[in-house]
Amino acid sequence: MPEPPVRIVTKNFGVKDSHRLGVYEGRGGFRALRKALMMKPADVTAEVKKSNLRGRGGAGFPTGLKWTFVPPGSETVYLVVNADEGEPGTFKDREILRQDPCLLIEGCLCTAWALGCHHVYVYIRGEMYEEARILQAAVDDCYQKGYLGRSVLGVGFQCDVTVHRGAGAYICGEETSLLNSLEGKRGWPRLKPPFPAVKGLFGQPTIVNNVETLANIPAIVENGGEWYAKLGMGRSGGTRVLCVSGHVQRPGVYELRMGIPMREVIDEVCGGVRDGRRPRCVIPGGSSMPPLDESELDVPVEFDALMTDARIKDVEVAPGVKFDVGGGKPLKTMAGSGAVVVLDDRTDLVAACARLMRFYAHESCGQCTPCREGTGWLARVCTRLADGHGRKGDSALLASIAHGIAGNTICPLGDAAAWPMLGFLTKFRADFLAKEPQ
Amino acid sequence: MPLELSQQARQRIAAVRARYPEAQAACLPALWIAQEELGYVPDEAVALVARELGLSAAHVFGVVTFYTMYLRQQPGKFLIQLCTNVSCWANGAYDLLAHLEERLGIKRGETTRDGMFTLLEVECLAACGQAPMMLVNDTYHYDLTRDKVNALLDELRVKGTGHA
Repeated sequence: MPEPPVRIVTKNFGVKDSHRLGVYEGRGGFRALRKALMMKPADVTAEVKKSNLRGRGGAGFPTGLKWTFVPPGSETVYLVVNADEGEPGTFKDREILRQDPCLLIEGCLCTAWALGCHHVYVYIRGEMYEEARILQAAVDDCYQKGYLGRSVLGVGFQCDVTVHRGAGAYICGEETSLLNSLEGKRGWPRLKPPFPAVKGLFGQPTIVNNVETLANIPAIVENGGEWYAKLGMGRSGGTRVLCVSGHVQRPGVYELRMGIPMREVIDEVCGGVRDGRRPRCVIPGGSSMPPLDESELDVPVEFDALMTDARIKDVEVAPGVKFDVGGGKPLKTMAGSGAVVVLDDRTDLVAACARLMRFYAHESCGQCTPCREGTGWLARVCTRLADGHGRKGDSALLASIAHGIAGNTICPLGDAAAWPMLGFLTKFRADFLAKEPQ
Repeated sequence: MPLELSQQARQRIAAVRARYPEAQAACLPALWIAQEELGYVPDEAVALVARELGLSAAHVFGVVTFYTMYLRQQPGKFLIQLCTNVSCWANGAYDLLAHLEERLGIKRGETTRDGMFTLLEVECLAACGQAPMMLVNDTYHYDLTRDKVNALLDELRVKGTGHA
């Protein structure tokens, strides 16, 4: 199996008792924090900008740039950790929380120092009971040892961490919905602007970062932004953690070189598809991203490549009619959360798509009509088609509904349903048409 | 007797309240504390949480009904949440769901008459590498097969009835 150039996020995975503070310290933990506290906060941000670290939650937005959106001179700044991992197919943050909670805490502390933040809230999925306990134990130990509290490492910098459990709502992975949930409200997304960096939690400037994103910060502080950028490819720094599931021989969480071709991930890293089958449909970055077909698997798994590589077909709203993401830009796919789901050539892809559409219908928060109604229609029409009760024209109907949702909602959940729907139709249209009555 | 939260639960709510600049932010944690104590969150508990935090019951009701994990009815001793999303789906989750329904003699969303098991079909639980999987109370169970599910149900039934 090809080894990544270096392990950053998963370096302590598999080490005995890696979740314990003592073990973390013994393996070089909190060196980065000590270094960060000797640096000017703005210099920490500058290194992160230089590193080309991009958000690992799904959008791939440059992390350092996001940090600079906090208005200078802000008195109260919050850092909120998005540990609400719920994108179907994604299971990397949960592993980080289980195996290396102190790495996350150190990443939070370095970030809090850079932002001038004194209270970090970790919003963790309600279903992750055990992970919340592990994280809370690590936080308690960090308070005990002086890494958290009134004066972090005695330098007079106050920083608290509060673990806040969600209660079952996929939508709360969307950052403004998460903030409303953290404020004790229903998880309804907010209109932007204002962006959270300007007006977020409790009306104050707030940075929301994903668990894996923050787990990269200590290595950047320790080794410098340039080092991290060089590990990567193009405008994407660092390594890439992929969580692979579905019909592969060896599913799991793998830290790999940025830009590794998808085919290599499947064939080499994961031992290929089970039972000697072929990978017919590959979801590259969580279920909200348009899938790849077998001819598109030589593309590098990297943020920009998955959005622009000419080998990936443009998503269509009808045969020959390209879907317009906005400003005439075509849609290919995205690296998303790093969740790769491999479906083999025996899979009923209409049924797979129907299952995903039922997910979005269940999780739509109900705020925007196109999403609330549209996801339900997608789920019902796609399910009837999958179940053999379809009507003539259902495939075109699905495309039309999806097109009506996309871009017309407050938050990206509408797109998250519409994009894969259109993607499945674009790449596997014959499967859908074959289910319509002839 | 009207429903009350224990002194301990009220103290926990007060402690959690202190972690936030606004009382409303303690709404979700306080509801968790109430559910841990009562097993579910009936209307009376909604009112109690609202009172503890100085919020309107209407607000707390809106919150409690938005999130899927606050249970509005007393669940069985063992709450089984089987994921059927894409990775589990691809690895036979619906076969397991049918099997669970048959073994337990209930449909998804129901509780066995002896109050032992509640069965729910749920969305992705972030353990796709070990699909199919399910959550029983707060413990994940991975790489499930019919045989594994049978063995687990037998074990839980023994645990639940208190006979070793």
